[in-house]
Amino acid sequence: MADKPRQPRLMTGAQMIVASLEKLGVDVVFGLPGGAIMPTYDPLMDSTKLRHILVRHEQGAGHAAEGYAVVTGRVGVCMATSGPGATNLVTPLYDAYLDSVPVVAITGQVGQALIGTDGFQEADIRGITMPITKHNFLITRAADIPLALAEAFHIASTGRPGPVLVDVAKNAQQETAEFIWPKQYDLPGYKPTLRPHSRQIKEATTLIREASRPVLYIGGGVAKANAAPELMKLVEMTNIPVTTTLMARDVFPDSHPRALGMPGMHGSVAAVGALQRADLIIAVGTRFDDRVTGRLDTFAPLAKVIHADVDPAEIGKNRHADVPIVGDARQTLAKFIDSLAGKSLPDISAWNDQLDEMKKVYAPSWEQPPAGEISPQWVISRIGALAPENSVFVTGVGQHQMWSSHFLPHNNPHSWLTSGGAGTMGYCVPAAMGAQVGRPDATVWGIDGDGCFQMTNQELVTCALNNIPVKIAIINNNVLGMVRQWQNLFYDKRFSQTDLHSDFLPDFVKLAEALGCAAFRVTDADDVDAAIEKANAITDRPVVVEFVVHKDAMVWPMVASGTSNDDIKIARGLAPDWGDLSDGEDAPADGAEIPAAAAHSEER
Amino acid sequence: MQPTHILSVLVVNRPGVLTRVAGLFARRGFNIESLTVSPTNDPEESRMTIGVDVDSPQTLEQIVKQLNKLIEVHKIIELEGSAVARELVLVKVRSTPETRSQVIDTVSLFRGKAVDVSQESITVEVTGGREKLEALVKMLEPFGIIEVVQSGRVALNRGVTALTSRGSRSSS
Repeated sequence: MADKPRQPRLMTGAQMIVASLEKLGVDVVFGLPGGAIMPTYDPLMDSTKLRHILVRHEQGAGHAAEGYAVVTGRVGVCMATSGPGATNLVTPLYDAYLDSVPVVAITGQVGQALIGTDGFQEADIRGITMPITKHNFLITRAADIPLALAEAFHIASTGRPGPVLVDVAKNAQQETAEFIWPKQYDLPGYKPTLRPHSRQIKEATTLIREASRPVLYIGGGVAKANAAPELMKLVEMTNIPVTTTLMARDVFPDSHPRALGMPGMHGSVAAVGALQRADLIIAVGTRFDDRVTGRLDTFAPLAKVIHADVDPAEIGKNRHADVPIVGDARQTLAKFIDSLAGKSLPDISAWNDQLDEMKKVYAPSWEQPPAGEISPQWVISRIGALAPENSVFVTGVGQHQMWSSHFLPHNNPHSWLTSGGAGTMGYCVPAAMGAQVGRPDATVWGIDGDGCFQMTNQELVTCALNNIPVKIAIINNNVLGMVRQWQNLFYDKRFSQTDLHSDFLPDFVKLAEALGCAAFRVTDADDVDAAIEKANAITDRPVVVEFVVHKDAMVWPMVASGTSNDDIKIARGLAPDWGDLSDGEDAPADGAEIPAAAAHSEER
Repeated sequence: MQPTHILSVLVVNRPGVLTRVAGLFARRGFNIESLTVSPTNDPEESRMTIGVDVDSPQTLEQIVKQLNKLIEVHKIIELEGSAVARELVLVKVRSTPETRSQVIDTVSLFRGKAVDVSQESITVEVTGGREKLEALVKMLEPFGIIEVVQSGRVALNRGVTALTSRGSRSSS
């Protein structure tokens, strides 16, 4: 073909947003239009590549983008207008920031001439979200849109993933400019280190080969880095036992002999005890959060620490690292495997035998419910048992979340969605919606509480209208269960404002039916399995199953806030017997209550 | 008291960057002792000279690491103890025509100069390190200080090395 003079591709800023999203491979946008983003919704209507899902509340769009991102490993996208539309994204952006979920939020902003005048629906959303996004942009010229979006996706999805907000002034959406797709990013201040330093790997290898009580402390970074196969290989090779944090429950199956379960405040005795007694902690993609460490100065007192994370600021932030390793979790685990291959490894079978015993004796379990009532833990375990293979599980926040962590099967990466760092009640329904959109062929079960469900259930309409057949189990115990548990233990059973009266209102079945779902209520333990099977069989619309359960069930084990992990209780006032692992310490099982002074932080 | 550490930080010259940096310090509970933002010889970049009071080396490490996470921060160095650090102070001193020459004499000991004068006051300008400026103010107190304003610190390492966003290197 003869050379043609290059025609500049003139577009409006709004068209550039759509074209840029298409170029970035986006297939789904969760959003809700309004004045300042309307120019963009016009060309969006004509896009054949972008499916827009109209949510009922912008918070739903944000959590749906998170859910989509967690199951697909790709960037989730949400869109909202200026002012209240944008501020409704604050909670999901914060949630994504705390749990390192790659999300890009595009918000409309008032026109540049109005910025700073307190114009209608003007909010400084860039300022508001600065502390809860990995980065954010305010774009006031159309020509800047393609580069900003390309950089937003790059920043959100690389290094330690996280949310990025792009605020686009209305005039930038309306004006016309040449569409130039950037050839490179202009980000001299952003160069994540992915490849671990070989000297650090060597030092880590030496420690691993000297340890007699090593433990792998595995966090969400391993899920984000798709490193489950490498983790499995390393464990098979070394026999080192594994604890998986709340954010990493799906990267290593609990059924594996070396799996110890979840560490932390509600962790298994084996996982908590292993970390407390370890002489070496190999922490990968995790951040020594206070819910894991308990009182920091008593956490894992005997252990040297290898801390590998892609975010250098996490290393040494809470716990000193003897061997710091900055790098991607997958590359780091692969290097561990390489450098240990063919080398003699210490015999840690005595250590594993001790932990196996702890696992057997103190497996997370539950007390029988009062006669005629249903145990919430049992319901959750039945959902796990009856869910089809490759199901995706999503939770709200509270007691049901901890029980879901313990009693659901976690066998497949990218199939466990929960709000960890932020503890966002209301996460479940919209995140399940996003997960179902990302994995249309999978069964998606949301395990939600009656409190959480009432925060975001409006998105079930979105599900019903858009053929998103999520299944939501409401574990209805009538109360804000986790707060009530703390009141029970630390506030002298003074149940201030935790009774939701959800046995009376709302009528969850009628509510769910009004939202377009199939819905039924289970009040008899004998009907639990049948109800789950029935829900599993419905695939043409969302399903809500209300399980009426007893309200005094508690989450055990528990380390009271502000106390040492050594003081873990397996029931009220009951400490585990550490046996050989105790190193001569007392482990009183004297029935003493956990002192009220231990409770000094809020809990939902 | 812990010694103040001086961080020299190259950032993108763009609106909102100061908010981002100041917000980070506030949110993470780090103390800014002094902050100066100034243009550099590259119009795309500004330099922040940040004095920080820290209670431990770990805190300083966290400050540097957290600053490094900001996309708009290009480069950070902690200046050496020997770095050249200067501040500027303007002092408005009560003075009559009778005491004026005494004030000027005092100020000239500090290599300062008068920049404004009235029947009842004289305003002087002095640059230098923190101790020198404190000493000056103390010497002027007996005359009656009406108003003092002092800049934040600016500082550069000694020798030929320079902080650039392409790394700390020799200028050639």
